Amino acid sequence: MTPLQGCLLVSALLFAIGFAGAVTRRHAILALVGIELMLNAANLNFIAFWRYGAHPEAITGVMFVIFSIAIAAAEAAVGLALIIAIYRHYKTSNLDEVKELKG
Amino acid sequence: MSLPFIIIAFVTLFAAAAAMSLRNLVHCALALTVTFAGLAALYLNLDAQFVGFAQILVYVGAVAILIVFAILLTRSGDSPNQAVLAPGWFYGIVISATIFTALGWAVLNSGALPKQILAAPEATVKSIGEALMTKYVLPLEVIGLLLTAAMIGAVVIALKEPAKTEDSGRKS
Amino acid sequence: MSEQIHHAFEAFQRLTLVEKTDQLFVFLKHLILVCIPESLQPLVSGLLSVVLIMSVFPGIFAIITVIERKGLGRIQNRYGPNRVGIPFTKIRLCGFGQFIPDGIKSLTKEDIVPRDADKIVHFLAPIVMLIPVLLAYAVLPFGKNMTVSDFDAGLLFFFAVGGAVELSVFMAGWSSRNKYSMLGAMRAIAQMISYEIPLILSAVTVVMIVGSLKLTDIVAAQNYYTLGVAHWFVFTPWGLVGFILFFIASLAESNRCPFDLPEAESEIIAGYFTEYSGFKFALFFLGEYLGMFAIIGLGITLFLGGWTAPVSFLTFIPSYVWFLGKMIGIVFVFIWIRGTLPRLRMDQLMNLAWKFMLPLALINILVAGIWHFMCPDWQRWLVCTAIIFGAYVVLGRGLMGNQKLGKRTYRFAE
Repeated sequence: MTPLQGCLLVSALLFAIGFAGAVTRRHAILALVGIELMLNAANLNFIAFWRYGAHPEAITGVMFVIFSIAIAAAEAAVGLALIIAIYRHYKTSNLDEVKELKG
Repeated sequence: MSLPFIIIAFVTLFAAAAAMSLRNLVHCALALTVTFAGLAALYLNLDAQFVGFAQILVYVGAVAILIVFAILLTRSGDSPNQAVLAPGWFYGIVISATIFTALGWAVLNSGALPKQILAAPEATVKSIGEALMTKYVLPLEVIGLLLTAAMIGAVVIALKEPAKTEDSGRKS
Repeated sequence: MSEQIHHAFEAFQRLTLVEKTDQLFVFLKHLILVCIPESLQPLVSGLLSVVLIMSVFPGIFAIITVIERKGLGRIQNRYGPNRVGIPFTKIRLCGFGQFIPDGIKSLTKEDIVPRDADKIVHFLAPIVMLIPVLLAYAVLPFGKNMTVSDFDAGLLFFFAVGGAVELSVFMAGWSSRNKYSMLGAMRAIAQMISYEIPLILSAVTVVMIVGSLKLTDIVAAQNYYTLGVAHWFVFTPWGLVGFILFFIASLAESNRCPFDLPEAESEIIAGYFTEYSGFKFALFFLGEYLGMFAIIGLGITLFLGGWTAPVSFLTFIPSYVWFLGKMIGIVFVFIWIRGTLPRLRMDQLMNLAWKFMLPLALINILVAGIWHFMCPDWQRWLVCTAIIFGAYVVLGRGLMGNQKLGKRTYRFAE
């Protein structure tokens, strides 16, 4: 197994863990955490391909990860604000109890 | 596959599994922080110094704290008494296992992956900064706009709902 | 091997006496390194640096605790500790042996863990506090050629590991199951996050001017003299404002008075470490002081020229003496402020960070840009000073609102 394959396997497993958490847990914050894990798995892939790829002198992978980290931060802020707003309205943050669409 | 890589990867994955399976949400958040730190260590192991430090600064320093605050503000810091898994959790596990099998098979059997290992590439702060200011200047501006919009949006969403009682005029 | 040692000695011999005292520790480390096999060298090199840091800075911490108590005593018109000297002798040393019984006391006290506490998190919190604080010392240049690991992104590293301290504060506050701990932790995190922004933004000006995140480069950019006076960044308009902002923010980051709401004794006992006793309490105490030293060290490196001398005829004093001297000098100012100023209220704290320091830091970045692109003569001094002064007046008046202050009156005890 080459180092690149090792990185990709780690990232695949991280993605699977994140996905499993996002779809199986009831709590909204944990769903968001699962999504963050999936994003991070993708970032690891970018870094791995940059490091072991054919053209590391073009720092595309690194740039992509920097932008991705910024977007993930924005996503976390908005997502958690939404969860707090939902909690305030429904007095619960379990996803399966938030069913009605009308306010 | 060096030994440090294997150790860091193991810790990262173990912490990720803990973050997704523990009952107490605060423990989940702390395990998640370990995952983020482990990922930063993986980036450092892959010679991406700037990204590794940025990962620690943004994820451990900001996102983890944000999640912890959200947990406390939604009063879910104690271990829950009801079920923690959603009704259809079994299908979720099956699907994620399928995803991992498919990805793993593809990674191990793909012929398209580069085989030769080049020397450690240079991604100095200087080169990253120059790229940000020349080739990637438009994405940088867009990210700045996005972050501003997200900040304002988060504040607006999390503001108190206007109360329907008589003290609606009072500001919080 | 003996040839290598000979080489090292020869190189050392060629230095002047001033350089010899300056490079003494570098030479000693080099001497130890050539005596051991090649494969172990990185490990031993790191170990030596770590051992030195781990012995020097906790040592300074021990002395500073006594100095702080004595200094506060002096300010408050009382003696402070003045009894304990060297144990088993009659030598008193003006009470400077006080840290020995203090240390013994905190090591031998009972370690109490609340029954409802989250045992694991409660145990881990002091350790998580100390690790990032000690890691931050890795990038500080303590003297000429005396940096443990000179990262390309050293400044980023410093701020990154500094962010991890907030997490340990939360762990300590949450795991204790005590309302005072929780309140203290929330206050501390809110304060640290708020003041981290002016802290980083005031450091950005230096990065803009130097063009590097490497701390040794930042020191090198300040290490030249005109008319015998050093070009420290604090001697420029943007540098002065940046330094003052950095100073205030570092007071807040290290939870020092007047920003000591997280551990306000009269309101919430001891804040997030209310439920800690014995050795764990000592670890928190140590972590707090070491964090303070680290952030002061960064401030010195960024604005006060790091290990360089202020005037060129004082360069014979070794670089590490300058660094430690400046650090202890600023710690004195911290103690002085603690003895003088009252504690801020929570809303005043937030107003200061978000309505005054953040806009001023942003304007300061603009000023640094103007400074960089204007031709270096008296005009840029005038323009930059005028912008900063105008911004300061406008922001200061804005923060005051329409508040009218009456004549100050004093009341004294009869």
